[in-house]
Amino acid sequence: MIVAESKPIKEILEMVKDFKKILVVGCKGCVTVCNVGGAKEAAILASTIRISGKKEGLDVEVNEHTLERQCDPEYINELKDVIVDYDAVISLACGVGPQFLSERYPDKRIFPGVNTKFMGGAVEHGVWEERCAGCGACAIHLFGGLCPIARCSKSLLNGPCGGSSNGKCEISDEVDCVWDLIVTKMMEQDRLDELTVFRPPKSWTTARDGGPRKMIREELVK
Amino acid sequence: MDDFKPQIVAFCCVNCASSAAKVAHGMKKALPDNIKIIQVPCTGRIETLHLLKPFEEGADGVYVAGCQADSCQYINGITKAAKRVEQVKKILEELSMEPERIDVFHMSAGKGQEFVEVADRMVNTIKELGPSMPA
Amino acid sequence: MSEHKAGSNLEKVLSAGHFAFTGECGPPQGANVEHLIEKASHLKGVVDAVNVTDNQTAVVRMSSWAASLILLEQGIEPNFQMVCRDRNRLAIQSDILGVSSMGIRNMLCLSGDHQSFGNHPESKNVFDIDSMQLIHTVKTMRDEGKFLNGSDVDVAPRLFIGAASNPFAEPFDFRVHRLAKKISAGADFVQTQCIYNMDKFREFMKRAVDMGLHEKCYILAGVTPMKSVGMALYMSKQVPGMDVPQSLIKRLRGAGKGKVAEEGIKFALEQIEEFKEMEGVAGVHLMAIEWEHKVPEIAERAGVLPRPVV
Repeated sequence: MIVAESKPIKEILEMVKDFKKILVVGCKGCVTVCNVGGAKEAAILASTIRISGKKEGLDVEVNEHTLERQCDPEYINELKDVIVDYDAVISLACGVGPQFLSERYPDKRIFPGVNTKFMGGAVEHGVWEERCAGCGACAIHLFGGLCPIARCSKSLLNGPCGGSSNGKCEISDEVDCVWDLIVTKMMEQDRLDELTVFRPPKSWTTARDGGPRKMIREELVK
Repeated sequence: MDDFKPQIVAFCCVNCASSAAKVAHGMKKALPDNIKIIQVPCTGRIETLHLLKPFEEGADGVYVAGCQADSCQYINGITKAAKRVEQVKKILEELSMEPERIDVFHMSAGKGQEFVEVADRMVNTIKELGPSMPA
Repeated sequence: MSEHKAGSNLEKVLSAGHFAFTGECGPPQGANVEHLIEKASHLKGVVDAVNVTDNQTAVVRMSSWAASLILLEQGIEPNFQMVCRDRNRLAIQSDILGVSSMGIRNMLCLSGDHQSFGNHPESKNVFDIDSMQLIHTVKTMRDEGKFLNGSDVDVAPRLFIGAASNPFAEPFDFRVHRLAKKISAGADFVQTQCIYNMDKFREFMKRAVDMGLHEKCYILAGVTPMKSVGMALYMSKQVPGMDVPQSLIKRLRGAGKGKVAEEGIKFALEQIEEFKEMEGVAGVHLMAIEWEHKVPEIAERAGVLPRPVV
């Protein structure tokens, strides 16, 4: 799933300070799962902005509305009658949401309420970690089911480097050295020969380096 | 600020906190009259939004009264409530409001005196902080 | 290893069977040519080649290729270094041609410390290719006359390819296999991370020799004399991949006030003596960083002077 983090309240308040009618739009997708942008969080943010408005003596109206997802036009369209009453919209969806909203409702000012971070999953309740960098050419099977592109700080394909200690990456002891995990697993499974194979330079054309990407399912296009 | 009467909302669980309230009533100990009590089956049921709403309505302070951490009837209700109170403290700070305007207290069922003391303490804290909103 | 691949002094010294002795010099944090020349002058004639670091610890310094050229002009053979952190494969291949065209004949291929260590942590992380692939790139350009995309290099670069080896990183059991992989990829010589844990290094060399790696590649043992107890503690705690035994720290502490640096040098000299006799070790790489003026003395006391002229 896409994991995002709430923007600091001060930053959000600064973004919308000149607006009188604000709509907070939540999303029932990924951001609900990581507890930053679902219906609950949209209500909390709306309440927070109202409290701030009252405290500052500003006359501001804030409401919330949550969509199934903000990455499909059919759901974005659902807002068309609701959004007319507002001049600013805070989207709590991942980066896709505010952009889809901006495109569909060009005369409304759309603001991002979260910082989208990575593709990952929950490792324990309340903790999410990055697992995929979207390189477009998945080869985790070559590395014991682990991804060195996403999880190695240097994206080494022929790792490890010499910097890890106690199984942790040189950049922080909160980051596992994925190569330590890969090598340990392969050695335990007696698959050392797979690690001595030279992995040639990666083609980054399928990654974001190659330019903004598109995926088409021909059989679905009308 | 002598005539400032803080408006305070207190969320109390039906177990320890309300038992304590009953004892206080029985002891004829008066609760300050500017405290609005909202009874909940367990403080774990209180959402962050419930804690923010009183401030939206102009409350000067909010507190949660529940069981001790090791005697919560629903095991970890009070622990969850305490975390949500922390969350609201952070929100208040971001809004340049005093985090002391919200707090959580752990009661024991029979301690009526304690229940009143906590209420008094909160009233005094809020009196010193002043109104949460401009007049 | 009969015909010279690049014809550098270091290559000639090693292929003639001499015990090699290399040094290190970090470029300045500015266009301070004078300071660079002054530092490097201590090493002239005292070592076979001088490593010139590349934005070491992700701190911006004069580029390794420029500092290497300055050393070359001073009659000192540089060991040009390139890290994978700051350049993509276009810039890398381009610089390989550039340095070779200007007479640089040794190149050390490294991953590079992550930019978060340095003074520009907000920079973008390149790592288009890794150190293994960089070794392979230089070898392919030199021996096959081809770029990474398969097209022809009109005049092949001539570089003696070096790599780093850390016998102390984890998992220990894998380190010798990684060294073997670097050698297969094309490393002609290898310099190890500075050694303090001699037991562990002996074990590592035993495995390397068992695999015959010393016959395919020249292995130089890294030595950094400890200047103070503070330095020993810093290295054991703050430098990734470093193994400093308690026994050494104890020895330094026991040396007494004002005598720690001398004790550190004594330890280094003992190490060099052992490396001269250790099977598979072809030389020593002395990293006396910001202590370059001590190198002539250390070299003298280690009995490695005069350096062979080949």
